[in-house]
Amino acid sequence: MNVLKTTLPYIISGISVGGQYALIAIGYTMVYGILRLINFAHGDVFMVAGLMMVYLAASLPLYLAIPLVILLTVLLGFTIERVAYKPLRTAPRMSVMISAIGVSYLLQNLALYITGGLNKNYPQIPWISDRISIFGMETSRVTVITPFLTIILVIVLVQLINHTKIGMAMRAVSRDFETSQLMGIQINRVISATFIIGTFLAAVGSILFFTNYPGVVPTSGAMPGLKAFVAAVFGGIGSIPGAVIGAFIIGVAESVIKGLDTILVVNGVISEQIGLATFSDAFTFVLLIIILVFKPTGLFGEKSTDKV
Amino acid sequence: MLKIENLHVSYGGIRALRGISMEVPEGKIVTLIGANGAGKSTTLRTISGLVKADSGSITYDGQELLGQPIYKILEKGIAMVPEGRRVFTNLTVLENLKIGAYLRNDKAQIEKDLDWVYDLFPRLKERSWQAGGTLSGGEQQMLAVARALMCKPKLIMMDEPSLGLAPLVVKDIFEIIRQINAQGVTVLLIEQNANMALKIADFAYVLETGSIGLSGTGRELLVNEDVKKAYLGS
Repeated sequence: MNVLKTTLPYIISGISVGGQYALIAIGYTMVYGILRLINFAHGDVFMVAGLMMVYLAASLPLYLAIPLVILLTVLLGFTIERVAYKPLRTAPRMSVMISAIGVSYLLQNLALYITGGLNKNYPQIPWISDRISIFGMETSRVTVITPFLTIILVIVLVQLINHTKIGMAMRAVSRDFETSQLMGIQINRVISATFIIGTFLAAVGSILFFTNYPGVVPTSGAMPGLKAFVAAVFGGIGSIPGAVIGAFIIGVAESVIKGLDTILVVNGVISEQIGLATFSDAFTFVLLIIILVFKPTGLFGEKSTDKV
Repeated sequence: MLKIENLHVSYGGIRALRGISMEVPEGKIVTLIGANGAGKSTTLRTISGLVKADSGSITYDGQELLGQPIYKILEKGIAMVPEGRRVFTNLTVLENLKIGAYLRNDKAQIEKDLDWVYDLFPRLKERSWQAGGTLSGGEQQMLAVARALMCKPKLIMMDEPSLGLAPLVVKDIFEIIRQINAQGVTVLLIEQNANMALKIADFAYVLETGSIGLSGTGRELLVNEDVKKAYLGS
């Protein structure tokens, strides 16, 4: 009982972090599904969304700043695809990947230039930043909102993909560019739509994520981006449900490991803190290696059974 | 209806078409036969807009097609059944058909056309909720043809529809081609199975390494000694 009581707060905050990772991971997995590209700039777009919030909230009321941040982030994602990826549509996949890495560094350096590398305080968003207490744990309301919002967005997205014309076109394009074109699908539009959806979710994710953190620095996108990427691989890259489940698992595991010392001390297993929390990030990457070795297609990844 | 004049196409550094001219009259079945690598597929791919031409012209009802985007060409009523069927294996049979009607917005008419293709291919109706990838080769070919019909084409181009299919299924496919044509759809057919193709064709062209060699009615070419030797194996 005591174990449960001491572990529960970490699980709850882990679910919340997992939801934030999920919103980023969907962007990775959707873009991969359609372009077979790992969009390395995605984590940095997430960071830019955070910075835009810092600057916009300084001069605008939040009810304007929040939609504007989302809109500008989507515009950024759309522009990156048009400028850096679209011209390379027929180039080898490696070229597009290198272009993505370039965009990633460009965004980080732009952020460095604008902020001077200083930590920028993320604005307090009333109501969702409010402190509340659940199960005897003090936390902010965003922790509770995040998983629900994530699940709602995922359900809407899955419906969109399975039951609308553009969703059907996305599935077709992800399978076969040329035949999709022969059906009259303009693949560039479909690819743009994919980036728009992916960056929209990353923008929402950034608002939820940074609310829980003191501020934004130019490298703020790297770690969450990387974790979300691992989540996408864990779930089976290309699969949306896979990315979401992978993100929740990683979020919870990470958070529990962060609290492991405390949990063990309180329950009398060890007598003093031994610094297990240090391993929370390592866990994620060990997981990545294990997956790549034993099940490279991830939990829900499609096996490559393309008929010849 | 469709008129190709002095068409030159290079493809991956190779001069695939070296000035071909041909015509597809409305309501007919025209076939293009030839050996592997003669440029048959390139011809169809150029018409559909997938491949850019170097020079020449392709006109459809007097309008130039070269330089138009793929969807515009489809909008004019030219659909293609690609080589190797290329069914969307991750979409259901019904979705495959619906995506064939992607450019259309007339919902009621699309429903009617669905019934029409289901009448032509009853097997597809039985399997409408199955994923395209679970169909047999013959069924996938039927689906690829049905999918192209869903855009209500005036001209349907087929790239090797009999490739890799059992002889009985090949017979079915050719019967379907005849039926589609009888319903007023013009057909441009590429085949390695010259015998079957010439039998149903009103007019035929023989493509030899990028140029038109012979042409004539299907019947004429069937009895032509050169064609017999090179393509009919007798």
